[in-house]
Amino acid sequence: MGLALLLLIWLITLASTYFFVAKTWWLPVGASAAAHWIDSQFALTFIIMGIVFLAAQLGLGYIVWRYREGPSSVPASYSHGNTTLEVVWTVLTAILFIGLNLMGSSVWASQRFDAAEAGAVQVEVTGMQFAWYFRYPGPDGKYGATSPKLMDPSAGGEAAVGLNTSDPAAKDDVVTGTMFLPVDREVDVSLRAVDVIHSFFVPSLRFKQDAVPGLNIHMHFKPTAIGEYEIACAELCGLGHYKMHGMVHVVSQEDFDKWLAAREAEKQ
Amino acid sequence: MATPASVHAHTPQGFIRKYIFSLDHKVIGIQYFFLALTAVFVGMFLSLLMRIHLVWPAAVLPFVGEIKPETYLSLLTMHGTIMVFFVLTTAPQGGFGNYFLPIQIGAPDMAFPVLNMLSFWTTFVGFVVILAAFFVTGGAPLHGWTGYAPLSALPSAGPGEGLGADLWITSIAIFCVASLMGALNFITTTLDLRAKGMTMMRMPLTVWSWFITAILGLLAFGVLLSAGILLLMDRNLGTSFYVPLVVVNGQIMGHKGGSPLLWQHLFWFFGHPEVYIAILPGMGVASQVLSTFSRKPIFGYRAMVYAMLSIGFFGFMVWGHHMFMSGMSPYSAFAFSILTMCIGVPSAIKTFNWLGTMYKGRIRFQTPMLYAIGFVSLFVSGGLSGPFLAQPVLDIQLHDTYFVVGHFHLIMGVAAIFGMFAATYYWFPKMFGRMMNETWGRVHFFLTLAGTYAIFMPMHYLGMAGGTRRYSQYTEVAYLQKLMPIHQFMTYAAFITIAAQFIFVLNLFWSMFKGPKASDNPWEATTLEWTTATPPPHDNFGGVTPVVNHGPYEYSVPGAPKDYVMQNDPATVATH
Repeated sequence: MGLALLLLIWLITLASTYFFVAKTWWLPVGASAAAHWIDSQFALTFIIMGIVFLAAQLGLGYIVWRYREGPSSVPASYSHGNTTLEVVWTVLTAILFIGLNLMGSSVWASQRFDAAEAGAVQVEVTGMQFAWYFRYPGPDGKYGATSPKLMDPSAGGEAAVGLNTSDPAAKDDVVTGTMFLPVDREVDVSLRAVDVIHSFFVPSLRFKQDAVPGLNIHMHFKPTAIGEYEIACAELCGLGHYKMHGMVHVVSQEDFDKWLAAREAEKQ
Repeated sequence: MATPASVHAHTPQGFIRKYIFSLDHKVIGIQYFFLALTAVFVGMFLSLLMRIHLVWPAAVLPFVGEIKPETYLSLLTMHGTIMVFFVLTTAPQGGFGNYFLPIQIGAPDMAFPVLNMLSFWTTFVGFVVILAAFFVTGGAPLHGWTGYAPLSALPSAGPGEGLGADLWITSIAIFCVASLMGALNFITTTLDLRAKGMTMMRMPLTVWSWFITAILGLLAFGVLLSAGILLLMDRNLGTSFYVPLVVVNGQIMGHKGGSPLLWQHLFWFFGHPEVYIAILPGMGVASQVLSTFSRKPIFGYRAMVYAMLSIGFFGFMVWGHHMFMSGMSPYSAFAFSILTMCIGVPSAIKTFNWLGTMYKGRIRFQTPMLYAIGFVSLFVSGGLSGPFLAQPVLDIQLHDTYFVVGHFHLIMGVAAIFGMFAATYYWFPKMFGRMMNETWGRVHFFLTLAGTYAIFMPMHYLGMAGGTRRYSQYTEVAYLQKLMPIHQFMTYAAFITIAAQFIFVLNLFWSMFKGPKASDNPWEATTLEWTTATPPPHDNFGGVTPVVNHGPYEYSVPGAPKDYVMQNDPATVATH
C-alpha cells in the first residue's frame, strides 16, 4: 500500500510537472512593454513554487513508503516536535513569500501609479452586453459628451455609447467596434461600462482591467509588436459573456494614421 | 464544568423527537451529514452537465434537453453556491463538528440543544429555497456564486435574474442565520463545557479547528447577511447600494449613485474567511488521522494551534486579493498582497508539521489515513498556486481564468472534500456502529485522487494560456478554440471520477447495515470519542463524566503498556 501510494503521488507530480516544464501550454507570446516584466516574475514564481511542489510531493511519497508499518519496522519515535525547526521554517517561508511579493511590486507600481506618457494615444473602451466599443477623441483631442438617455445598443456605433452629436467636441469623435493602435506608442485607455461589470482582457498584451458602471478607470500600456490580438471579456456579464469578443489591431504609425483619417472621412 | 441548558437524563421517546426534531447533537450531526451528502450529489450532477456542455455545446441530453448559454451559467451559479454553502460549510462543521465536538471535549451535548436543532432546520429550509430557484419562471440565476452587482441586482440583466435571483439571495440569507446560530453554539460549548482536565492545550486539533471555524463564521456570516439584505433591497425596493446609473438594453434603470465595488468588498469580506471555514476542519481531521495512523504524536501541536489561529486572523485581512482587477485603489493591492503572502506562512507550517508527524512514524494504511495523505498532497498542490494569485502583477494574466478555478478547486474543493472523506471513513464506525469496507475504500481513494488531479491540474495550463472562466463554450474566440483538447481531457476525467463516487455511496449504505460490527476503539486512537460505547449513548458517556489526564495525541509513549495512551487514562504513565 505504501508503495502504491508512493507511485501514485510521484506519478501525479511528475506528470503535472512535465506539462509545465515542457510548456505544452504556456502564456501566449507577449506583445506589450509590460509582458517581459510580468513573464519574468511569473517564471521566477514558477521556479520557486515548482521546487517546493516537487520537494513536498516527492518527500510525501517517500515518507509514507519509508515509514510504513511492517513486521520489521521499528516503533514510532515519541516526539512532540522541535521548536528550533518550527522557527527556522517559519522564518524561511516568510522571507521567501514576502520577498517574492516585493519583487513583483515594482512592475505593478510603474503601470498603475505613473501617468501615461505625454503624447499617448487616447482611447475610450466601453463595455456593454455583449460588445466592446472604442472611441477616439479625434484631432481636437477631446471626447465629446455622452448621455445615458441617448444610448441605443441596437443601433451600434456612436448611438450605442450615447454620443451627444450636438456637442462640438463630439464632431470628430470616432467610435468603432474594433480597436486599432499604433505600435510602440503608449495607449491611455479609459474604461467604462454601461450596464454591468465587464473586464477588458487582452492576453497577448498582458492587459486586464474590469470596466465598472459608474467608474471611469484610466490605465496605460504599450503594444510592442504589430499583429492582431484577441479581446476576451473576463468578468461574467450575462448569457453572452462567452461571445463578448473583440480584436485589437496593432499597426504601424502610418497605417494607424491612415485608418483614423479614413474613419474621420467616413464620418463627414 | 458548566452544564448544558438541558441535560437529558434519558433518551427521548417517539420517532419525531428522536430522529426528526431531535435535540441530540449526534442526531443533528448525522442530519447535517445527510443534507450535505444530498447537496454534494446535486452539485456534482450540475458540474457534470457543465462539463458535458463545455465539450459538446449542442448536445441534447435525455431529461435535460439542450443546455443553452444561460442554462450553463445557472448550473455554474448553483453548483458554486450549493457546494460552498451546503457542502463545504455544512458537512465538516455542521456534520462532524456537531457530532464530535461535544464528545471530544467530554460534554454530554452542545451548550444550546434547541438552538442546535433550529440551526439545522434553518439550513434545511435554506437548501429547499435554493433548489426552488430551478423551478421558477426564468430559472436559476446566472450571476455566479459571487453574485457581482449590478448583474445580480437588475432583474432585466438576464434570464434567471428575476425570481430565481431573489430565491438565491434569500437562501443565502437563511443559511447565514443558521450558521450564526451554529457558530454561537460551537463557541460556547468549547469554552464552557470541557471536561475536567481538558485544558485548551489538550483539545484535539479537530476541536481547535471547529472552534476557530465557528469564530470565523460568527464574524463573516453577519456581514454576508447584511450584504444580502441590501442586495434584496436594491432589487425590490428601489434602493441603490450597489447600482449606479446604468443602461440595460437601452433602458435606463431607476438607480443612481450606488457602488458595484461595495458588494465585492462586503462579499469577499465574508468570502475569503469562508475559504478557511471550508478548509480548517479538514486540517483538523487530517492532523487527527495522520497522528493516529502514524502512531506518533502530532508534530508541533502548539505550532499547529498558532498556525490555525493566525490563518483565521489573517483570513479577515486579505479579501482584497479577489479584487486586484476590479478598479479598487491600486495602492491597497500592496497591503492585500503582502497580507496574503503572510497567510501562506502558517499554511506552510502546517504542511511541514504533517510531514514531520509521519516522519519516523509507523504508518498504517487504512482508508482514513489514505484520505489524510491525499489531503496533504492536495493541500500542497492547491496551496502553491496561491503565491501566484497573491501577486497583483500576475493576476493581470491569471485573474478570472481557469488558473483560479484550478487553484480553489484543489484546495477548498477537493482538499476539503478529502478531509470529509477522511472524517467519514474514520468516524463511521463510531457513528453507525459498523466498519466500512476497506477494499472498496481503497479503490475509491485511488480513483478519486488520480481523477481529481486529472480534472483540476490541467485547469492551470488552461488558465496560463488565457483560458477565461465562466464561458459556456469556447467556440467564439479563436485562441480559446485551440484549448479545447484540455477541456475534453477534463470532461473524460470527470466522468470517471464522478462514477467512482458511487463506490463510496454504496460502501456507505451497505456498511451501515451489513458492515462488520465495530469495537469501541477500532483505530486504537486516543481522544475521548473512542473511550465511550459505539455508538455513543444519548448523553455520550453513559452517566460518567470523563476526566482528562493526557494530551490528545499520545502514541508510542515509552514505558506505556500499549502504543497509545488515551486522554482519560490514569495519570500513572508520564506524557507531555
